[in-house]
Amino acid sequence: MDTNSKLTLNLKVWRQKNGSAKGKLADYKLTDVSTHMSFLEMLDVLNEQLIKQGEDPVEFDNDCREGICGMCSLVINGVAHGQESSTATCQLHMRKFNDGDTITIEPWRSKAFPVIKDLVVDRTAFDQIISAGGYTSCRVGSAADANSLLIPKDMAEKAMDAAACIGCGACVAACPNGSASLFVAAKIAQFSYLPQGKAERKKRVLNMVGKMDDLGFGDCSNHGECEAACPKEISITHIAIMRKEYVKAAFS
Amino acid sequence: MKLDSKIPDGPLAEKWDKHKFDMKLVNPANRRKYTILVVGTGLAGGSAAATLGELGYNVKSFCIQDSPRRAHSIAAQGGINAAKNYSNDGDSVWRLFYDTIKGGDYRAREANVHRLAELSVNIIDQCVAQGVPFAREYGGQLDNRSFGGAQVSRTFYARGQTGQQLLLGAYGSMMRQVDEGRVMMYARREMLDLVVVDGKARGIIVRNLINGKIESYSGDAVLLCTGGYGNVFYLSTNAKNSNATAAWRCYKKGAAFGNPCYTQIHPTCIPQSGDYQGKLTLMSESLRNDGRVWVPKNKGDKRAPDQIPEVERDYYLERKYPSFGNLVPRDVASRNAKAVCDEGRGVGETGLAVYLDFSDSIQRLGEADIKEKYGNLFDMYERITGDNPYQTPMRIYPAVHYTMGGLWVDYNLMSTIPGLFVLGEANFSDHGANRLGASALMQGLADGYFVIPYTLADYLATNTFSKITEDQKEFTAATQEAKSQITKLLSINGKKTVTEFHRELGKIMWDHVGMARNEKGLKYALKEIPKLRDEFWQNVMIPRDGDSLNKNLEFAGRVADFLELGELMARDALLRNESCGGHFREEFQTPEGEAKRDDKKFTYVAAWEYAGKDKKPILNKEPLKFENVHLSQRSYK
Repeated sequence: MDTNSKLTLNLKVWRQKNGSAKGKLADYKLTDVSTHMSFLEMLDVLNEQLIKQGEDPVEFDNDCREGICGMCSLVINGVAHGQESSTATCQLHMRKFNDGDTITIEPWRSKAFPVIKDLVVDRTAFDQIISAGGYTSCRVGSAADANSLLIPKDMAEKAMDAAACIGCGACVAACPNGSASLFVAAKIAQFSYLPQGKAERKKRVLNMVGKMDDLGFGDCSNHGECEAACPKEISITHIAIMRKEYVKAAFS
Repeated sequence: MKLDSKIPDGPLAEKWDKHKFDMKLVNPANRRKYTILVVGTGLAGGSAAATLGELGYNVKSFCIQDSPRRAHSIAAQGGINAAKNYSNDGDSVWRLFYDTIKGGDYRAREANVHRLAELSVNIIDQCVAQGVPFAREYGGQLDNRSFGGAQVSRTFYARGQTGQQLLLGAYGSMMRQVDEGRVMMYARREMLDLVVVDGKARGIIVRNLINGKIESYSGDAVLLCTGGYGNVFYLSTNAKNSNATAAWRCYKKGAAFGNPCYTQIHPTCIPQSGDYQGKLTLMSESLRNDGRVWVPKNKGDKRAPDQIPEVERDYYLERKYPSFGNLVPRDVASRNAKAVCDEGRGVGETGLAVYLDFSDSIQRLGEADIKEKYGNLFDMYERITGDNPYQTPMRIYPAVHYTMGGLWVDYNLMSTIPGLFVLGEANFSDHGANRLGASALMQGLADGYFVIPYTLADYLATNTFSKITEDQKEFTAATQEAKSQITKLLSINGKKTVTEFHRELGKIMWDHVGMARNEKGLKYALKEIPKLRDEFWQNVMIPRDGDSLNKNLEFAGRVADFLELGELMARDALLRNESCGGHFREEFQTPEGEAKRDDKKFTYVAAWEYAGKDKKPILNKEPLKFENVHLSQRSYK
């Protein structure tokens, strides 16, 4: 069984009062951090200390703490969601760190995700992209029997691989261009595998990609940082599918 | 208060169809004249907003997270039930209805549950049409599995992420309506009060969580889809932001609260590791399909699990319940885990855990098969605990997971305040005293996609609505009240943090209003909770920034409400002198230690009515009539 030990950590945390204020890294020392703690529990402990000292706690987004809601969003030592692969910040545990470590904690940094306060950013741009076409237009109550549509197992699995995206935005934060291509491609690829997605195929890819460009996300230039940062291992091959879909839609 | 459940006449299986025909409709051209406020964007709220937008109503949708896609429905793992009988194993609408009534220990309304079972089949059709990538068989048909407490395979699933996929389906449909201009989305808003004008719910007061501004929104009806109150226990499997504030403030405005003591403790969660812990993580109970639950036969056996020979292990669920084995309902599995740990046979550092062992299944089916079914759950377990469940058994322990209680609603999902509808986990209606696995998703979507479009139309068509504005006195008074509570919280400037108070409340609740309750403990809780509440209002310390994002301030308001709700839960549990489902009173058990109901005295819904500050709430009773099923002692042997 995993054993419990205690760490002393030097934290450098991004503090920014609001969107228009200038931010800076602040230093905090934290002792007696149990290796059983999650990264966010470590920040909870820091915040309790700050409150007791009469200082403002560090604001950070989080909710489910099970790696599925996509709300947590920290750049840890320069890496979106930290060094541990395929792990959202909330699932990262302190046993992955060493006694005496210095840990830098910053928000997602991207033009399309402006900082609201400290480590909290505004990701409504993602909702806007989905509202441009990330769905099938099926009226409630009008669906045929579910088994009237046969979908081969491997296609359902591929669609599920793409649909696993949690919309956290780590792909954007990791991309040197601030591109949302992996996020957009995952949704487009999901529907490209499924017969339900066929009817609105062209419109979907043109509108979603168009919306992504309008919102100030950058272009994809195949760095692959997005895939490396993705906590759900969404594959960069979905971006190739998105391009194929786009070309087919744009030139037909 | 007069409770009228408005259950339609006629034979059980025909009630909903008949009622649908009897209800009034709103002309398509008139729908845009109505504004509907939907609070919460989980399965219930998301599906309701999408459907009502599609029908042409003017919908305003509110959520506390940064995006509607984050609602806690997203974390549901295992699946969604539907009476499709695709497995040809004897399932039917009647069987799903019967299982749900029995699983709820005969404390739910027959008519509601039957409607739920009927609608379950439409939900799957709808979700497939949305592109939800459910698990499939090689022939392309949908795959099913059996799930906690069911003897048929009626659960549809998308790996261990069923809630996520269903929610993203509803979210996509809702975002389509945002694009069409029929749904307006207000994210990072927390509902602080309900505005009642001329006896009808006509608006809400929310706090903009980014700039701290108090905002008012008026409408013709309010749909409360804000989930359950499991976080009253501090540690639960709920998301950190899940709370009861919206529902509680509606209670204080006149909505009755139904069966607050019915809470569900989920048997398979990762055990707590220390005081710093902020939440508990659930492991889907689908794991019980292939995992075997055991503890050492001998007390205090601290050997590693692989050092304990087969003959010295007690597979206690298989031993006590030969026909259901590891698949007994949640409440039974949870209580048994507590019992063996109380006997001193618990495992792990704290002794508060039992093993869930996959070695037999891995041997029988191969590691690849287990990985395909549960890979993401195993990975999650390893990330959190540092142990590899392919090699060593998981350690699990029960944790608070779901609340069957909630705001009282009639058959139309309307609360005791006209125009205030309550959907999903936030209402009390369908699961009785215990919810079956994979039924929460079913209820949330049934309420939002298929029930509310009809019952809301009937309400709108049969009522008249005076013209109101957001600056009239009811709104300004509620705004003032919300502002003064915040000012008061910020001015206390005490010595203890919000988290410290919440943790203390959670300990009282878990120890005395938790998995097993007794008169002495409940009376103790009723004495201690008000004391803690008084201390809170004297001594809480909150960072003093009311004009920007301040999560501690948000939590302070929620904990203040939990400190009142916790007391009502204890009161309800003390009054219910019987055991049923998730409500287990130690004084009332069978010789075998099973829940012992008292049908003569307690076949009713306890609907509590707010009587004013520092006054005892008033108990109203809705008798439950069982005309179609015979009440029997639940047995899973």
